[in-house]
Amino acid sequence: MKYAYYPGCSLRGTGRAYEESLLAVFRSLEIEAQELDDWNCCGATTYLSVDELTSYALAARNLALAERERMDIIAPCAACYLVLNKTQRYIRDYPDIKTVVSRALTAIGLEYRDRVRVRHPLDVFLNDIGVKAIAAKVVKPLKGLKVAPYYGCQIVRPYATFDDQRNPTTMDRLLEACGATVIPYTLKTRCCGGSQKGTLPEVGLDLIRYLITEAQKNGADVIATVCPLCQFNLECFQKEASGQLRDAQFRRDPLSIPVLYFTQLMALALGAPGVTIGMERSLVPIEPVLAAKEIAYA
Amino acid sequence: MELKWTIKFEADRDREFARWISHTVGGERIRHCLQCGLCSASCPLSLYMDYTPRRLMHLSREGFKEEVLSSASIWLCTACYACMVECPKKINITHLMYALKERAILEGFYPKRFPIPVMARQFCRMVRSSGRITESWLILQVFLRSAIWRLLGMSNLGWRLFRAGRMTMKREKIQRQHEIVTLLDSVAETRKELAL
Repeated sequence: MKYAYYPGCSLRGTGRAYEESLLAVFRSLEIEAQELDDWNCCGATTYLSVDELTSYALAARNLALAERERMDIIAPCAACYLVLNKTQRYIRDYPDIKTVVSRALTAIGLEYRDRVRVRHPLDVFLNDIGVKAIAAKVVKPLKGLKVAPYYGCQIVRPYATFDDQRNPTTMDRLLEACGATVIPYTLKTRCCGGSQKGTLPEVGLDLIRYLITEAQKNGADVIATVCPLCQFNLECFQKEASGQLRDAQFRRDPLSIPVLYFTQLMALALGAPGVTIGMERSLVPIEPVLAAKEIAYA
Repeated sequence: MELKWTIKFEADRDREFARWISHTVGGERIRHCLQCGLCSASCPLSLYMDYTPRRLMHLSREGFKEEVLSSASIWLCTACYACMVECPKKINITHLMYALKERAILEGFYPKRFPIPVMARQFCRMVRSSGRITESWLILQVFLRSAIWRLLGMSNLGWRLFRAGRMTMKREKIQRQHEIVTLLDSVAETRKELAL
């Protein structure tokens, strides 16, 4: 089966490592994915808050393009995944939205007939490929690596498309298949603050800090994420978040933990050479952790 | 010490606003709200809010437009959908937050140079002109228009991201840009025609 790969804007910017590692995993697992022809921005959460109707039309262009190719969409970015899913549901539920969207699509020679499925890589890996097939392809098991699985919001909420909303386990199972030890992480679906770090920084930092301290307290070596914005928030503001703590111990010993995309860990286990999976793009290096666990790296 | 009266009267209500919220997309069930407070309890940001989601739902369905639209809460919502999952009456709270944000921007209920509406405006402009978002340019434009001084504090991070190849000055653009413009114009036209 062939999929239409919809990268989204972030995977061409701060989330480049996500795209590089995802494509590496596709190759290792022999998943045929072709980039969606001339895809456009899905509108993300920002467009929704200024002009809702227009944002559905924007998202629907991508749906219609994939439908024309008769392929399911793979959307790795959490915001894209939710926006595309939500657009499908709202077109179904609200006749007014449907009218606006179909007229707009007709104007550019497209049509949307609700025949496309929007999938997340987690869903495809677990349900189309399966844990057993993945475990069989692991060449470098991530033995002894303790991973905190962080799902964030928009993959499991508001629609439970392929996993439980309060305690999702898809990523846990995939990483265990790769030989890693998945630690209990109760905040796995708590919000990372989204763009709040940029707009209202004091609040954003608080949310980021809870997530990192909880992962470190539970003994994690690395946090695995599924969303470019979560990854950015958790990785880039660790020093700032520690500075906010009154506890003198954190001042001396600031928060520091590598934050990777789950696909980077999978690609590593599946034997993709290090250069193509974006490890060098991390601001908090993973190499010392891997060396301590004696996991060979490129 | 002086006592502050916060009593509201029937006459303070804006009935048009109350009608609007229960007829907008996602607001169909707002009248079913039990005021149970699960939304506020599950909200990771309610701690920072002046009106928690539960109070906001009640105030808006009763028509307290001023209080609702000038509340900080609508800007604090990150759209994490925790409230919506917990709501026993399946009220689309997150979506209503979007609707309130949209209305607050439309009616100018926000402080000058407030970054959220600035970001929203720049985002929409970039979609119209390029079809895709280039994060580095978006961030730059938002801070130039809202808080220039904060760019200085971020220059170190920007440089590190640039060196890691995660910030680029090259602008992403789709090939058939005219399609996006036609699409956006068509939505505006239909909206006018159907008065949505």
